[in-house]
Amino acid sequence: MTSPMIDIQNISKSFDHKTVLSGVNLSVEKGQSLVIIGGSGSGKSVTLKCVLGLLRPDSGSILVCGEDITKIGIGNRKRVLKKIGMLFQGAALFDSIPVWENVAFGLIQGLGLKKADAKEIAIEKLRRVGLSPDVGELSPSELSGGMQKRVGLARAIASEPEIIFFDEPTTGLDPIMADVINDLIVECVQDLGATTLTITHDMASARKIADRIAMLYHGKIIWEGDKADIDRSGNDYVEQFIHGSAHGPIQMDLLKT
Amino acid sequence: MKNPLAIIGRIILSALAELGKLSSFAFHVLSHSVRPPIYWRLIGQQMWLIGYNSLPVVGMTALFTGAALAQQIFTGGSRFNAESVVPGVVVIAIVRELGPVLGGLMVAGRVSSAMAAELGTMRVTEQIDALVTLSTDPFKYLIVPRVFAAVVTLPLLVLVANVLGVFGGFLIGTERLGLNAGSYIQVTIDFLQAVDVYSSMVKAGVFGFFIALMGSYHGYYSSGGAQGVGKATTNAVVSAFIAILITNLIITVIVFGGVNG
Ligand SMILES: Nc1ncnc2c1ncn2[C@@H]1O[C@H](COP(=O)(O)OP(=O)(O)OP(=O)(O)O)[C@@H](O)[C@H]1O
Ligand SMILES: [Mg+2]
Repeated sequence: MTSPMIDIQNISKSFDHKTVLSGVNLSVEKGQSLVIIGGSGSGKSVTLKCVLGLLRPDSGSILVCGEDITKIGIGNRKRVLKKIGMLFQGAALFDSIPVWENVAFGLIQGLGLKKADAKEIAIEKLRRVGLSPDVGELSPSELSGGMQKRVGLARAIASEPEIIFFDEPTTGLDPIMADVINDLIVECVQDLGATTLTITHDMASARKIADRIAMLYHGKIIWEGDKADIDRSGNDYVEQFIHGSAHGPIQMDLLKT
Repeated sequence: MKNPLAIIGRIILSALAELGKLSSFAFHVLSHSVRPPIYWRLIGQQMWLIGYNSLPVVGMTALFTGAALAQQIFTGGSRFNAESVVPGVVVIAIVRELGPVLGGLMVAGRVSSAMAAELGTMRVTEQIDALVTLSTDPFKYLIVPRVFAAVVTLPLLVLVANVLGVFGGFLIGTERLGLNAGSYIQVTIDFLQAVDVYSSMVKAGVFGFFIALMGSYHGYYSSGGAQGVGKATTNAVVSAFIAILITNLIITVIVFGGVNG
């Protein structure tokens, strides 16, 4: 039995007096694709930021490739981060540099490649996500949302990481572009044999990308299972979420916020 | 209302907490600026942005202030038949105080706000998080180049401001007040001491540090979307102004407080 690539053990996180995560346990095996679903504000992005070491959980530990990301020093953290690619919710492209340099950024700054070599790889990765080399010369602000997402994907896969995180890869895109992105994600992940962790509230996307699905609700994982089992989870919360119904055990806290 | 002492106490405590956070940020910047990698290209780019773009406003402020100053000293001095002090007072006032302070404030208005807005936007659009995931230290990549560039560029700008300020006085003095051009220049040179120039440059460097520090600090820690970025921008300018005015007084007292000159 090999140990999982990502092992989240009982993490909790609060901001001021607001508890966001209370005892989350999750693990992702090598080469597997786990999708976390959950409503807006359920703590999906916070979970991901904890795994990346951008936020420090109040308690619990997170093992990435066997190293506890919550305890290691800055040098070791860098080494772990080199194995990770990330697609941000809003793409988070650097708008001060052209598209190709965005894609090549990790190769130049992180891995120390020469600019010319990195550019070649960047253009290849742009082609991989269906963008022509001319797009590489544009500034990110000249791109549509769907193109930005694709550039973000190209940047995430540029250094051929072992682990890739996707934060809401399809949010804000039309259904067809969303499907294009889903297909790209599946293809890229297969190419690399990468382990992935995706968070989304788009069920179509989850069904396409996932091997396993977990649902986050009120700071806890309330259901976890194979993709095939999601329609017979027997869990009222999951049922309500996948059918997008306003009626059920999940009550939106409309007045509290 | 509540006990006023409790309110004052709370204000002081939160001010101290903010000051502590700022100091640790400044320490972080300094400790990062001596360890590689150092991004020379970004430093050059920032120097260009800070220096070249600030040149018109800084130069104009100095030129007009120097001119107005010469007129005032002439008018005031004529009551004691002391019109001849115009060149000396202008050069001292400009180089010791007005050049660095006005230059610093002008650049702070432009640059601190621009840095806070840029870094704040990068924060709220997760670009700073993205840097970290691409194995790049945001302190080294974003903040150190800004601080370094400002510390180097401000003295250059203030040098220009000093020259133009004196030149503004010279123009009014010779063209309007009828002072002799040759003796104006001679008196200016005689009055100016090395310590005036040194202190001017030191002030400029220190002001540059605070301009970039306040812009970076407020931008880096901004939160809460567009509104948060707006608040960070204002806070950056106000705190840079305060830092410039206070450190200016401190340096003036240290350098000139003990001597008669
Ligand atoms: N830096 C922060 N400071 C304070 N509160 C935060 C911070 N980051 C997140 N939160 C809070 O944590 C909660 C969970 O946020 P999170 O971004 O994880 O939601 P999410 O599940 O990703 O939602 P969405 O699907 O809308 O992206 C929110 O209520 C948010 O207000
Ligand atoms: Mg989110």
